[in-house]
Amino acid sequence: MRAVFILAGLVALASMPLLLPSYQLGIASEILIFSVLAMSVNLLAGYAGRTPLCHGAIFGTSTYVVIIAAAAGVPVWAACLLGVAAAGGLSVVFGIIAVRTSGVYFLLLTLALGLIIWGICLRWTGVTGGENGLRGDLRQGWLADSQRLYWLILVVGAVLTFAMWRLVRSPFGLTLRAIKDSPSRMAALGHDVPAHLFAAFVASGLFAGAAGALYALFNDFVSPTTVALPQSVEGLLMAIVGGVGNILGGLVGAFVLIALEQFVSAYTERWLSVLGLTAIAIMLFAPQGLLGLLQRKSQ
Amino acid sequence: MLSVRGLHAGYGEAQVLHGVSLEITRGAVHALLGRNGMGKSTLVRAMMGLSTPRITAGDVMLGETRLNGMAPHRIARAGVALVPQGRRLFASLTVGEHLTILKPASARHGWTVARVFEAFPRLAQRKSHRGNQLSGGERQMLAVGRALMADPSFILMDEPSEGLAPVMVQALEGVVALLRDEGLGVLLVEQNLYSALAVADRVSVLEGGQIVHSAPIAESPAETLTRFLGVH
Repeated sequence: MRAVFILAGLVALASMPLLLPSYQLGIASEILIFSVLAMSVNLLAGYAGRTPLCHGAIFGTSTYVVIIAAAAGVPVWAACLLGVAAAGGLSVVFGIIAVRTSGVYFLLLTLALGLIIWGICLRWTGVTGGENGLRGDLRQGWLADSQRLYWLILVVGAVLTFAMWRLVRSPFGLTLRAIKDSPSRMAALGHDVPAHLFAAFVASGLFAGAAGALYALFNDFVSPTTVALPQSVEGLLMAIVGGVGNILGGLVGAFVLIALEQFVSAYTERWLSVLGLTAIAIMLFAPQGLLGLLQRKSQ
Repeated sequence: MLSVRGLHAGYGEAQVLHGVSLEITRGAVHALLGRNGMGKSTLVRAMMGLSTPRITAGDVMLGETRLNGMAPHRIARAGVALVPQGRRLFASLTVGEHLTILKPASARHGWTVARVFEAFPRLAQRKSHRGNQLSGGERQMLAVGRALMADPSFILMDEPSEGLAPVMVQALEGVVALLRDEGLGVLLVEQNLYSALAVADRVSVLEGGQIVHSAPIAESPAETLTRFLGVH
């Protein structure tokens, strides 16, 4: 039954380019990209019990690297791989620093690490373009067509989602869930808790980096805003709204927040307040997120 | 042999253990008795290398290997398992998942899921239930089963009978006897004197952070122990 639902969902998503005009298709592409970012955040926050505030920086670093590498003449596919590798490298550094902390210390440490990246992107104008950002030249040839780009994002997003789904259902995912419950108990059972958290951090960073590479293809522009704190908060908020501890929660959260943003901003300039109130309402009345609420209702 | 030699440990300035020494041999149950606040759980935590308390002097030895200073996961991998006080299961994990954290369900060596279910048939019936959906006795069985999946040589059980109904305490005594028969060395930390006496081969009494009595069970009559423990 579940397979039928997934297949129907994939068919519905794949048919979007045939149903939606160009602008709405762009929004759909954005939802798919940010759902991967939200899922990567969920991997840490929902399964390992470590809530990061640096994933916007990891995501944006990948975007920067893709655009810079492509501008230097690297083929687009190789530039994307370089972007993911850069995100992985950054995650290794962040992970080494952050995984021995927990709770509010982890949150603040990752926040500070993210701010460092933002500061570098803002000040290293010779490479990053500073506040003006960098315009890419990626949307050429095959990628110039927004329909084909959407399908590419959908295929890559589906593969990444499946990979994360497998990861959280593997023995490694089970270990992460138990670490979330009690790190000291897991250590007493023979698990190297920091090593597991480090691996989870790097895996999560690689997925965020993949989302950042897709964003480079989609947006063809990057600026310090892409690596700034609001990007990290948005990814976290999407994970919370959709359902922390449920990988598909990222997709639901990204859809709700981006759709709401588009819809409400058409009517009022105070759309951010509406988004904030919606998020507060969901956290109060559906602390397990919208997917958690749906699951509870269906039980 | 798992041995503690002249162990001093405490929390910050407060010293709790003052030169504790004891030995646990394989295939035997060593009961450690003591009233609340005498340092029993501190000793267990120190033996497992948990971040608190801090060991200030003395050694915890597994054979010729010095365990103090080692990370808890390394101590566990060396063959020492802990069944913590209050069972401390993972609330979000099912019984089956608790047993496969350390070893896949397909494992065929040492303790396996099937073997744990054979030892604790009640757990097999509750395989899909989460840790927080089990009764006190079932939780205790699962805590023991989870520890066994690490294939330990020694198992430290911190007040396993706490909060259990008498019938479950009796069942637990059977479990401890089973572990001994399997060749494990058991440190049974207890306040329940009679439960400990039913299965122990050796008894030590901890008072004020010091061992005040340590002898084989035959030389530890209940009257002597009640005097130490202040129970009647």
